[in-house]
Amino acid sequence: MSFRLYHLQRATALVLAPLVLAHLFVIFYATSKGLSAASILSRTRGSDGWAAFYGLFVLAAAIHGAIGLRNVLAEWGPAPLARNPRALEAIVWTLALALGALGLRAVYAVVA
Amino acid sequence: MKNLIVSIWRGREDGRFVTYEAPRNESQTVLDIVTYIQREVDPTLSYRFACRVGVCGSCAMTVNGRPRWTCRTHVSKVVEDNRLQIGPLANLPVIKDLATDMTRFFERWQDAKGAFAPTATRADPIAAIKPEDARRQAVDAGIECINCGVCWSACDTVRWNADYLGPAALNRAWTLQNDARDGAAKERLSAVAQKGGCQACHSHQSCERHCPQGLNPTASIAGLKKMSLSAYLRGELK
Amino acid sequence: MSALADRRETGYRRDALWIAALVHRLSGVALALFLPLHFLVLGLAIRSDASLDSFLGWARQPLVKCAEAGVVFCLAVHLAGGLRVLMLETRGWRPGQRNLAIAGVLVAALAGAAYLIGA
Ligand code: SF4
Ligand code: SF4
Ligand code: FES
Repeated sequence: MSFRLYHLQRATALVLAPLVLAHLFVIFYATSKGLSAASILSRTRGSDGWAAFYGLFVLAAAIHGAIGLRNVLAEWGPAPLARNPRALEAIVWTLALALGALGLRAVYAVVA
Repeated sequence: MKNLIVSIWRGREDGRFVTYEAPRNESQTVLDIVTYIQREVDPTLSYRFACRVGVCGSCAMTVNGRPRWTCRTHVSKVVEDNRLQIGPLANLPVIKDLATDMTRFFERWQDAKGAFAPTATRADPIAAIKPEDARRQAVDAGIECINCGVCWSACDTVRWNADYLGPAALNRAWTLQNDARDGAAKERLSAVAQKGGCQACHSHQSCERHCPQGLNPTASIAGLKKMSLSAYLRGELK
Repeated sequence: MSALADRRETGYRRDALWIAALVHRLSGVALALFLPLHFLVLGLAIRSDASLDSFLGWARQPLVKCAEAGVVFCLAVHLAGGLRVLMLETRGWRPGQRNLAIAGVLVAALAGAAYLIGA
């Protein structure tokens, strides 16, 4: 893995750690109260706080996940791909963009 | 005691296991078994050893699935069901039988700038280094490597990543990074932070678990990661 | 099939920290595969609250609940394992990694179980 991607992955991990912890609490809270879609959405709609929280979460997760998948492919993937750094680099950014775009759309759907 | 059933790898990469029997003795080592078979059963069996006392690092083989220094591994410690499977070290090309080509392992040593770079001449006074100095203690913890290749064979990152420098070379680099007399710290740090360097390590500690010298390459590599992270944050590494 | 296949040489894959690294990787891949699905479902809220609601209704089936508990486990175990490695890599070596890794898996398993019971 390149030095730069390694540090980007650790930096996003650092951002994600508290967010994941908070997200786990949100999950437990929402399911234990048995919240309906309407009651969840009533809390998130129009909230800048939730938008910022999940916006950041989505961006960090998209980058972190893409780099992670790239590393798995580099070690376990079929040889022609695993030994082709340019293809791997392309995979990282394609995955990161796709995940980021889908994720931001989802955040928009629940906060807008 | 019952005879041991020993399967030994014969041939090159495309070889096979051949089964032999060997008498069992008190305090017998795995190397004793291999030597017995070569001397008494089949003199064409190839393997390496030199010191027989755990100093030279030439006798490592894969014994019942794990890499070991065979001269200091008692049969009683590794035998399973009265059987031993003895193969060449993993992650290295097999030359013949139990002898591997260790070139790549030693080349990685060079790639990691594993040579001491002196900063003084013989005319200078001897550097005063206190034994309780923290950096000296880091050196002490990693210095007793015998280049046996056991950690290399127990490392899946070596298996999966052709560029990886491997536990022993990185451990060596870490000891030099902590050597106050060395003058190549910058070049070495950038050599071990390249692709295939310390950042590729997954911290499984398989190297530490198997190192016959009780060294902990995982700890050394964690030290290198920390060191290169600080250099990166200070803008000294890209 | 060559005899290489029966050359046993990966006994180290039975060790706790090797397994911890595997769990970290597999949970990460699982999460990366789960993410787009999760995003698509949340995206349903763009169309209407009702389509999200009908999904949430479907998600209350026991089998789906179990799968969700699996996702919670993956998230928690990836977090715990990641924090351990992050500490190791940024603060330097600390002993006791094996116990820390096992503790992380246990905590994550508890989180998964708590989700199943609480939900
Ligand atoms: S801790 Fe690092 S060097 Fe040791 S076996 Fe794992 S990947 Fe290899
Ligand atoms: S670090 Fe240990 S296992 Fe690796 S080559 Fe040196 S002595 Fe052998
Ligand atoms: S023969 Fe020298 S270390 Fe085993």
